[in-house]
Amino acid sequence: MSNIIKIKKGLDIPLKGAADGNITVDNSTVLFGIVPDDFPGYTWKAAVKAGDSVKCGDALLFAKEDARLCLTSPVAGTVSEIHRGERRKIEYVSVNKEGEQTQKDFGSPTDKEGILTKLMNSGLFAMIRQRPFDIVPFIGVTPRDIFVTAFDSAPLAAEMTKADMMSDLEEGLKVLGGLTDGKVYLSVRAGSGIESRYAEVYEFSGPHPAGNAGTQIAAISPVNKGETVWTLDAVTAARIGRLMASGKADYSTSVALTGEDMKEPHIVETTIGASLGTLLDNQLDHSNGKVRVISGNVLTGVRVDWKAGFLRYPYRQITAIDEGDQTDEFMGWASLDPRKYSVSRSFPAFLRGLSKPFHFDARIKGGHRAMIMSGEYDKVFPMDIYPEYLIKAIMAKDIERMEQLGIYEVAPEDFALPEFVDTSKIELQKLVREGLDYLRKETL
Amino acid sequence: MKGLKRNIDKIKPHFEKGGKLSKLHSVFDGFYTFLFTPNETSRSGVHIHDGNDSKRTMITVVIALLPCCLFGMWNIGLQHFMATGNPDREFFTLFFYGFFAVLPQILTAYIVGLVIEFIVAQMRGHEIQEGFLVSGILIPMICPVDTPCWMLAIAVAFAVIFAKEVFGGTGHNFLNVALVTRAFLFFSYPSKMSGDNVFVKLGGTPAVDSYSGATPLGQLASSTEGAVTITDVIGNPLSCSDIFFGLYPGSWGETSTLCILIGAAILLLTGIANWRIILSALVGGFCMAAVAHNWASPLYPVSYLAPLTQLSLGGFLFAIVFMATDPVTACRTNPGKYIYGFLIGMTAIIIRIYNTGYPEGAMLSVLLMNCFAPLIDYCVVNMNIRRRMRRITVKNQ
Repeated sequence: MSNIIKIKKGLDIPLKGAADGNITVDNSTVLFGIVPDDFPGYTWKAAVKAGDSVKCGDALLFAKEDARLCLTSPVAGTVSEIHRGERRKIEYVSVNKEGEQTQKDFGSPTDKEGILTKLMNSGLFAMIRQRPFDIVPFIGVTPRDIFVTAFDSAPLAAEMTKADMMSDLEEGLKVLGGLTDGKVYLSVRAGSGIESRYAEVYEFSGPHPAGNAGTQIAAISPVNKGETVWTLDAVTAARIGRLMASGKADYSTSVALTGEDMKEPHIVETTIGASLGTLLDNQLDHSNGKVRVISGNVLTGVRVDWKAGFLRYPYRQITAIDEGDQTDEFMGWASLDPRKYSVSRSFPAFLRGLSKPFHFDARIKGGHRAMIMSGEYDKVFPMDIYPEYLIKAIMAKDIERMEQLGIYEVAPEDFALPEFVDTSKIELQKLVREGLDYLRKETL
Repeated sequence: MKGLKRNIDKIKPHFEKGGKLSKLHSVFDGFYTFLFTPNETSRSGVHIHDGNDSKRTMITVVIALLPCCLFGMWNIGLQHFMATGNPDREFFTLFFYGFFAVLPQILTAYIVGLVIEFIVAQMRGHEIQEGFLVSGILIPMICPVDTPCWMLAIAVAFAVIFAKEVFGGTGHNFLNVALVTRAFLFFSYPSKMSGDNVFVKLGGTPAVDSYSGATPLGQLASSTEGAVTITDVIGNPLSCSDIFFGLYPGSWGETSTLCILIGAAILLLTGIANWRIILSALVGGFCMAAVAHNWASPLYPVSYLAPLTQLSLGGFLFAIVFMATDPVTACRTNPGKYIYGFLIGMTAIIIRIYNTGYPEGAMLSVLLMNCFAPLIDYCVVNMNIRRRMRRITVKNQ
């Protein structure tokens, strides 16, 4: 019997372009890239040179702080480029898939230290996040609990779990149980029927952000100062299970191609870090002008160049929407257009029903202002935290106040919906990220 | 519209940095964003945004004020022609009399306030903020119709500079700008802001013999014999419907209960005003009025008013619907809003009844609670903090 938690505050933003049931398999992509910026908390150094040949699972980058922690090559082939930006910072390492796909064997240790090293070597450890700070976990800190999320409630997200990954997931949860002194929690969508012998299962119902780790932690067992918890998605947990069972890492992933500017929204089976140039070849609809391609969902994803970019962490979704920067909206503040989405009933869209799909583009639709309206964030923020006050403490760089107001419990993604509804158009996720980084720098 | 946009885009470079008119950048930007929603796309964080912005929010408040504003203009005409013995004029005569009586004040408030806003925005390199769109129309509405424009100009300048801009502009002020203007006028020029001769515009025409320009609350406050019948400007008793529709003299925007309720409905339906504040202020006001009514005393003649009449008269409703709900100066936490609203309702009635020097207490009570709002929020937020701290202590035991 699992526990059921109802999330009341939140919002499901009705975007057009949900993926249909079709699944295609991508065999044509040859270029794969790993972006170290996706793995905050460590300084990444190149472990290879351009031209080196690598096996699937060989390290491309390692952490300066602990060389065991690696970002690995998802395919076998040759390193094609180590792309550096300003001050020689590595922007990405790309690999050309070539020849036979040989896989590195990570062995089969049974002790905790051995398992951790195996996870770090295989690149799967870097796919775990820790609270506080929302970064790749500190090595050597045993987490209080581990939270595994088995569903994604973000706009247009596809189902995360598939029937054939359940045994791997179970194996992964068993392994994770050995890495914490506390419990492993598995959060599933209400009614999904997923059960586990190795984790405590919680069912969540309600709108986004029900699927965010932050929401689930807050509802199950909030993080206090001095505590560390790990969060990961069920896909990563299943990868861990597979790694433990076979000794080999599996970097395949299924990606939902979604959004209004995707010609045929559907699911693609591919490999992490796939080059978007081939993945999105002939998929984008440019008829409405400039297209914004987002690796991830519209709330937390990263904007990528679809010709030169790669599928980015967490490797599950790509969304394409209109950029909209050529739109001339005359006196938009006076608009009576029922097609203009707003949660505020000062627009007539609510008469049409806010659950029908709406057109969205990337415009911020207003000017940047100081925080004026009150209570806007609270309506879509289901944690026992006063978001406005936390944001103000972050703006003031007041560490004591940030700690008191619960900064250890949040990640930038928890502020995505407040940022969406904000009439003052404040960049909340950026502020929270800066606040977390500042706190980490000052307190550790 | 394409042509207009093309022409404006053509002159845009002059206003940008290095252009010959760059000193007017904020002014240009203000008008530009008024005409065309900015095309700026998101650079960080979420990739899509809600259609709502602060322009829409402010304009909705202005729309909610329109019923009160239009009725007030008509009522100025009505009071004028009643006082001068010609009550049977047609609708538009009454309306335009009032319209032209208050037009200079509205223009003065907007011009003075906006010029200061534009200058400050330019100095700071900010966009023009639309907060004054609301204040600019509110200010004349809560002043007597005969307020001289030069007084208004000084008061508006004082309020915008010292109640808002010195704190950082819209979103940073802790006192309601319109009420600071009103308070400045009230304490600097008391003879022009209260009494029997300021609320009805006679415009030089001699009044009829039975004329008295006292507002209902003014009549009560100056009464010496306990319960009195309140009358209109020519001495006829005011009926309940007269009070509900607002057919009596007063600050011209705030007399009609009906129009305020229409405005409140707009604000509540659109979710811009917080229902918690309005509801708890009504409860607070009603409770206090009921208590006072129950123990009515000839020392405090206003206490004889029945609670509902008490709430419909004067600026009480107007203040709780349009002033107390100003999100910047009100409490920001939900529990805080209940406390804040209740105290506003209560203190407004206390001041009105027990301080016979001030016939109306709504302005002072909202300003007073503006000062206390941060403290209330502080306590509410600290309860949240204490909950968080207790979690750690419980764990460590």
